[in-house]
Order: sequence, then structure tokens, then C-alpha cells
Amino acid sequence: MFNSLFKYLSRRFHQWGSPKYFYEYASRWLPWLAFFSTMILMFGLVWGLAFAPPDYQQGDSFRIIYIHVPAASLGMSIYVFMAIASVVSWVWKIKLADMLAKSCAPLGAVFTAIALITGAIWGKPTWGTWWEWDARLTSMLILFFLYMGIIALRSAINQREIAAQATGVLALVGLINLPIIKYSVDWWNTLHQSATFKLLEKPAMPPEMWLPLLISLLGFYCLFAWLVLFYTRNEILEREAKSQWLRAQVLK
Amino acid sequence: MRFTNWADFFNMGGHGFYVWLSYGVTFILLLACIILGWRRHQILIDRIRRIAEQKNNASHS
Repeated sequence: MFNSLFKYLSRRFHQWGSPKYFYEYASRWLPWLAFFSTMILMFGLVWGLAFAPPDYQQGDSFRIIYIHVPAASLGMSIYVFMAIASVVSWVWKIKLADMLAKSCAPLGAVFTAIALITGAIWGKPTWGTWWEWDARLTSMLILFFLYMGIIALRSAINQREIAAQATGVLALVGLINLPIIKYSVDWWNTLHQSATFKLLEKPAMPPEMWLPLLISLLGFYCLFAWLVLFYTRNEILEREAKSQWLRAQVLK
Repeated sequence: MRFTNWADFFNMGGHGFYVWLSYGVTFILLLACIILGWRRHQILIDRIRRIAEQKNNASHS
């Protein structure tokens, strides 16, 4: 029984690794992901902006949380996803995994930039400063530079396999930064408040405040899923431009 | 509903500048991701169409 389950899983895995199969599935899911991410984001953000109660200390400036937290969370999640994809691409030589890793880098950089920018804007009315060289802010800035380094490294290497390996190694080394970001607010004295959602604790805010945040988080993750499938499909269109099956798909 | 009219909503209790700047920057950056991806998609599709046409012409002549 385990044997057949294993066979089934490994077949699915290889199917997913085939650009042809991925292209067909991505094309089918893209419109749905676009629709759901727009709807969920609009719902969550309108709720957060217009209906959630103001913070008792920060007033209405706290509404920046509804984009700041999802963007920061994505900036870190995308990095982990990218590192895993790199390892898969280089251990099992699955080309699609490298395409996914390549698509992740610019998206991760954008979400990290959004987290940094909205954080700075939120810091001004709350802490009285746009920027402080504090542990959380600095480690997040390093995450942004890691993404930029990975993008630059890939564009500097012409050979695809070597570029995949080199960026994979850099991504893996950079993983060390993630626990530092995550625990920076606990390890050091910092201006930054600690996590809103923790696994085993109830959030410190009332549900009218954290429910829209949860919905916005879901919307942002949907948006990322849409964008990463979209970018990876572009990557297939570039790398497989001469394949018969792709021409048939495009001319269909 | 937290706000009674649109002016209140845009003012955000005096923090309107910070709130709307954050949302505006986010919106522009995400829109740029979508537009750049879409433009690249169009360019790549055109390229594949061109390759297909060349093959067609070559096989007919």
C-alpha cells in the first residue's frame, strides 16, 4: 500500500516538474487566482480601512498594518519557497524548480520593499522617525539586499545551469537571516512591536481588528500565487520557445 | 462604520497622509509587477508566433 502511494506521489511530482503539464495547469488557474486575490484583497482592505475601530494609542495610522504585515510575511515566506525551489532544482535537476526560483526573486524583493516603505511611513507618526538602525529593520533591509544580490548574480551568469547553482547557494546561505528577522524583536531591545499572530496565543487585538488582517493576508498570498504562476509561465514561454507542444498551445 | 463622511475617511484622524501614501505606494508597486509580467508575456507570445510563421514559410517554399 505504501509502495503504491509512493509511486503515485512520485508520478505526480514528476508530472508537476514537466513544463508542459505546468503550463496547462497554470493557464487554467491564472484567471481564478486573479479573480479571488482581487476580491479577497478588496474585502479585507476596505474592512480594515473603513470599518475596523481605530487603535487606542495610534489612532487611524495603525491601518497601515493591513498591508505592512502581509507584505513582510510574504517577503520572508517567498524567500523560504525560493530556497527550497533552488535546492530541488539542483538535487533533482528539475528545470521547472529553477524557473520557480527565478520568478520568486523579483516578487520577494517587491514585497520586502513594500514592507520596508510602509514600515518607514508608519514609523514617522508612531515613533517620530522614518528609519532607525534597529534589529528588525536592519535584518529586513538585509533580506532586500539578498534578493537584489540573487537577481544581480543570475543576470551576470550567462550559462543557465551555473546561474541556477550559484543563486541556489546564495539563497541557501541567506536563509540564516530569516530566524534573525523573526526573533529580532525578542532577542534585542527594539522599537518594533512583536508578532501580531502567534501560534499558541490569542492576538492582543480584538477580532474586529485582526479578522480583516487575516483576510488581507490571505488576499496577499493569493496575489503572490497568481504572480508567481504568471512569471513562471513566462519563463516557460522563453525557455521552451522552440518546443512543438508550446507552439501548439500558443497557436491554439 | 468608523467614519461618517468621505472627508473624515480621507483625513484618517489626521494621519491621512501616512495611510494613503502607504496604500498608494503599495498599489503602484504591485500594479507595476502585473504590467511588467503582462508586457513580457505579450513579447514572448509574439516571438513564438514569429518562429511558427518562419517554419511555415520555410516548409512551403
